[in-house]
Amino acid sequence: MADKPKLAMYWAAACGGCEISTLNIGDKILIVDEIFDLAFFPCIADFKIKDVQGYPDGYIDVCLFNGAIRNSENEEMAHLLRKKSKVLVAFGSCAYEGCIPALSNLTTRQATLNTVYLDNASIDNPDKVFPLEVTQIAEGELYLPTFFHTVKSLDQAVPVDYYIPGCPPEPEQIWAVLEVVVNALLHGGPLPPAGSIVGAGRVAVCEECPLEKNVKSIAQFYRPYEIVPEPGLCLLEQGIVCVGPSTRSGCGALCPRVGMRCEGCYGPLEGVEDQGAKMLSAIASVVGVGAAGEDEHEMAKRLDALMDTIADPAGTFYRFSMAHSLLKRVRVNGNGDKGG
Amino acid sequence: MSEQFKPVIVGFLCNWCSYRAADLAGTSRIKYAPNMRPIRVMCSGRVDPQFVLKALKEGADGVLIAGCHPGECHYVEGNIKALRRFSLLKRLLSQWGIEDERVQLVWASASEGNVLAAAVDRMTEQVRALGPLRWQESVLSGNGHGHPAPIETIAEVLATPEEV
Repeated sequence: MADKPKLAMYWAAACGGCEISTLNIGDKILIVDEIFDLAFFPCIADFKIKDVQGYPDGYIDVCLFNGAIRNSENEEMAHLLRKKSKVLVAFGSCAYEGCIPALSNLTTRQATLNTVYLDNASIDNPDKVFPLEVTQIAEGELYLPTFFHTVKSLDQAVPVDYYIPGCPPEPEQIWAVLEVVVNALLHGGPLPPAGSIVGAGRVAVCEECPLEKNVKSIAQFYRPYEIVPEPGLCLLEQGIVCVGPSTRSGCGALCPRVGMRCEGCYGPLEGVEDQGAKMLSAIASVVGVGAAGEDEHEMAKRLDALMDTIADPAGTFYRFSMAHSLLKRVRVNGNGDKGG
Repeated sequence: MSEQFKPVIVGFLCNWCSYRAADLAGTSRIKYAPNMRPIRVMCSGRVDPQFVLKALKEGADGVLIAGCHPGECHYVEGNIKALRRFSLLKRLLSQWGIEDERVQLVWASASEGNVLAAAVDRMTEQVRALGPLRWQESVLSGNGHGHPAPIETIAEVLATPEEV
């Protein structure tokens, strides 16, 4: 028993969907249990940080770390688990590239706190109580973690061995990765090169998408609620900002299959640094405005009007990859001042 | 302060028109601001938005994209692709908090050395007025570590596995 490899799964700034997806590998979870000893997995078993601290360095063979680095506690856990793990996997979009939590990089720390504690229809906080990092009580001082200005991905806090994209990663892909790991641990099978993105394809979501694709010439963009898409036809072609062209495959094009645009959760394609910039290029290639011979001012005006129909380009193109994008966060004040 | 500030402007100039415009400006001995670092690309349509973002991230205060006038592209519509990208890029940049003047698209044909020189002069002054961007230092540095105590305390707790 003692010789079984050790598995850990931890959540930082995450929603818990990664854990659900992992448990969704179905009865194969029994195989996982047979092969591994759980060393730390707060979602499904009772472990304490003390347990992890007590392990020798490198005790955990594989740690699946999901969730972004949102506050100082997340960061400390990332350092602790890095120290205690042989293989640290950035599991899911948050750990890999920031995901939904990193959308708050579009605003400031203070604005985020205000939304959560003050300016929200369901909030009743007349005394404007905010959580304090330090609180004095009779017994001494109490501390809460520092809430960061900028959300980071796991690899911006500690070195990471592998990345599994997806929000959440698909169970089949999780199992495929676990199979490789198990094969390596038990039979000395090959592991992918360090730093690899595993459990995903190498081409765009469009390659997996069964919808019919024709030459695109978009005259107007729609948000999903503004239009009922024609079944069987490419969503981008219909003016819905489907970010499949700039997104890595591996999910089987689950969303477009059922008429919902791809939101980009598998991250940028192989060799692409900035998913949003690439999506911007893709959109520019398929708009039906502008041709050689048109009046340049007229053309620029019509283009601007068309691009205005894309609501929130940053939040749409970088929905999952903000922390890993080139600029990483928005600038708050002009003249080079740091905001927030 | 603004006297000492020398904006760094990265210029992506198309091989067929704007780079030649820059050449012409040089051979015609037109005097203009020395702040633009030209990079020759085959077409303004070759300018991936990643180039622009990367330039801004790595220290540029502004980015100039220059190409042939619409209708005069060596590759027929490369510059129109650049215009479409630019239209959307402007929207994105304003969400990132980057002023419009910092990223500009201009058309300058091979005979318009004066147009390119004037554009560089104008943009240099506009960016000088805005001040330095310094993305790495001023936007990405620091991370709201307002109070060091919690981090130290947690580190202490983590470092000393204690009895129950």
